[in-house]
Amino acid sequence: MSVDQGTVRRIAHLARVAVGDDEVGHLQGELNAILSFVEALGAVNVEGVEPMTSVAPMKLRMRTDAVTDGFIADDVVANAPEREDHFFVVPKVVE
Amino acid sequence: MTDLTRLTLADARDGLRAKRFTATELTKAHIAAIEKARALNAYLVETPELALAAAADSDARLARGEGRPLEGLPLGIKDLYCTKGVPTTAASRILEGFVPHYESTVSGQLWRDGAVMLGKLNLDEFAMGSSNETSAFGPVVSPWRRKGDDAKIVPGGSSGGSAAAVAAHLCLGATATDTGGSIRQPAAFTGTVGIKPTYGRCSRWGIVAFASSLDQAGPIARDVRDAAIMLRSMAGFDPKDSTSVDLPVPDYEKSVGASVKGKKIGIPREYRLDGMSQEIEALWRQGVEWLKDAGAEIVDISLPHTKHALPAYYIVAPAEASSNLARYDGVRYGLRKQGRDIVGMYENTRAAGFGAEVRRRIMIGAYVLSAGYYDAYYVRAQKIRTLIKRDFEIAFQAGVDAILTPATPSPAFAIGEKGSADPVEMYLNDVFTVTVNMAGLPGIVAPGGLASDGLPLGLQLIGRPFEEETLFSLASAIEKAAPAIELPQPWWA
Repeated sequence: MSVDQGTVRRIAHLARVAVGDDEVGHLQGELNAILSFVEALGAVNVEGVEPMTSVAPMKLRMRTDAVTDGFIADDVVANAPEREDHFFVVPKVVE
Repeated sequence: MTDLTRLTLADARDGLRAKRFTATELTKAHIAAIEKARALNAYLVETPELALAAAADSDARLARGEGRPLEGLPLGIKDLYCTKGVPTTAASRILEGFVPHYESTVSGQLWRDGAVMLGKLNLDEFAMGSSNETSAFGPVVSPWRRKGDDAKIVPGGSSGGSAAAVAAHLCLGATATDTGGSIRQPAAFTGTVGIKPTYGRCSRWGIVAFASSLDQAGPIARDVRDAAIMLRSMAGFDPKDSTSVDLPVPDYEKSVGASVKGKKIGIPREYRLDGMSQEIEALWRQGVEWLKDAGAEIVDISLPHTKHALPAYYIVAPAEASSNLARYDGVRYGLRKQGRDIVGMYENTRAAGFGAEVRRRIMIGAYVLSAGYYDAYYVRAQKIRTLIKRDFEIAFQAGVDAILTPATPSPAFAIGEKGSADPVEMYLNDVFTVTVNMAGLPGIVAPGGLASDGLPLGLQLIGRPFEEETLFSLASAIEKAAPAIELPQPWWA
């Protein structure tokens, strides 16, 4: 399977990466190289095989339903590029 | 005084306990070596003041006879581990300026045991690469050179800074991480020892995530004993990582030098690739002889799904990466580039912040997870992963204790030599290591000798889940038998 330029733009948007017109061509080539590398997997017989969900045979642990930390709002927002008090600031989303 | 950076971690530990030198002297020797080695670009951040303060504390504890397991030993930390108050970038522009307010569990355990941090080590951006060339802060130069040639050689990747720093004596040992071979391939390229433990053995908490079902922390060190000492401190249960395993951590150092008599070593025929270099084949045969001489029993085995591991990895790992890296959106940390609206802000931030390889992988990931392709790509790859793991289980059920393979299909290459036209050329570096991540197994690489061009080659041993001790014993048998590798003379200083 190979992707066309429209698909490259669609994937870039899904991945939320801006792609310039001059980049679409070589991105298409690179993505198709990877897709053709993985193409042989289509021929493997996987009938009746369960997809792996956990590499180690383990049950996901549950922790006690209790408050274990908190009151660290200063730490949480400390690295934000833009903040006001304990809020992250983003461009206007709701009119 | 002899050059304290030439000591192994074990010798430095014993020297400190015997009071032959102080932690401050040991740390100063390393700080001086790092300053002279900036041409290698191994360290992204140097923290000499923190190191000297920690060394002074260690000296006080040692004077009181209260030394902890790693007291006063200077280490380097891969810049994928979050370190409290010290910048952490994952070698990406998108995390420039990020200073964590917390410490990763594994690095925290090293400090708990008394180790001293020298700084943060360079890597491929978000650990995606096999040569350290995808770092946003420039490639790492290996301390190794080809015979009679001063071309700059790659140290491997993604833990290239870790491997180069250990090989160049810029720390006694380093932390690293391994998603498809990122500990073992750079160890092989630099004549050092690296172990990727069983999935779940080390906590992933506080380590920048790449592909969560494959990522595992481990050490790179100058010999097998040093790697065993480091892993004991790095491993252990952590309630903050839901995949961390609650098993006691053995004293791995005790396995170093232990007899391997009667151990059954599998030689997988599928690892004999078409067109494999004579040198790699010869080294592999040599490894078989060394283990035979040490009393191990050699058996031929088959791991029939081996050839599907690398393609399946290039579906699973990018899929998980595209999901993990969704958090870099210009809101909570790191870089922000404005746009016409919030989506424009996301897209501009991520375009400016991610390098070419990271962008490629998150796009592949988004594609294989998108509606209409999820079953054909992602679910199929996860089924193939089940088959790969089953291959190993069958071998282990038949009584095989460990599997011996080459570590890499070639020695290290020069900067700029591979992967510029076709990304897949670079991916092939991980052909022998990636199966181990897909199956969650432990794997160790130890040096086996030098290639004809003078660069190191490594051998890999793959073990049963949570049997790292067997790997340390076998790797030390190889280490004992293999010709001693002279680490390079410091041409950079």
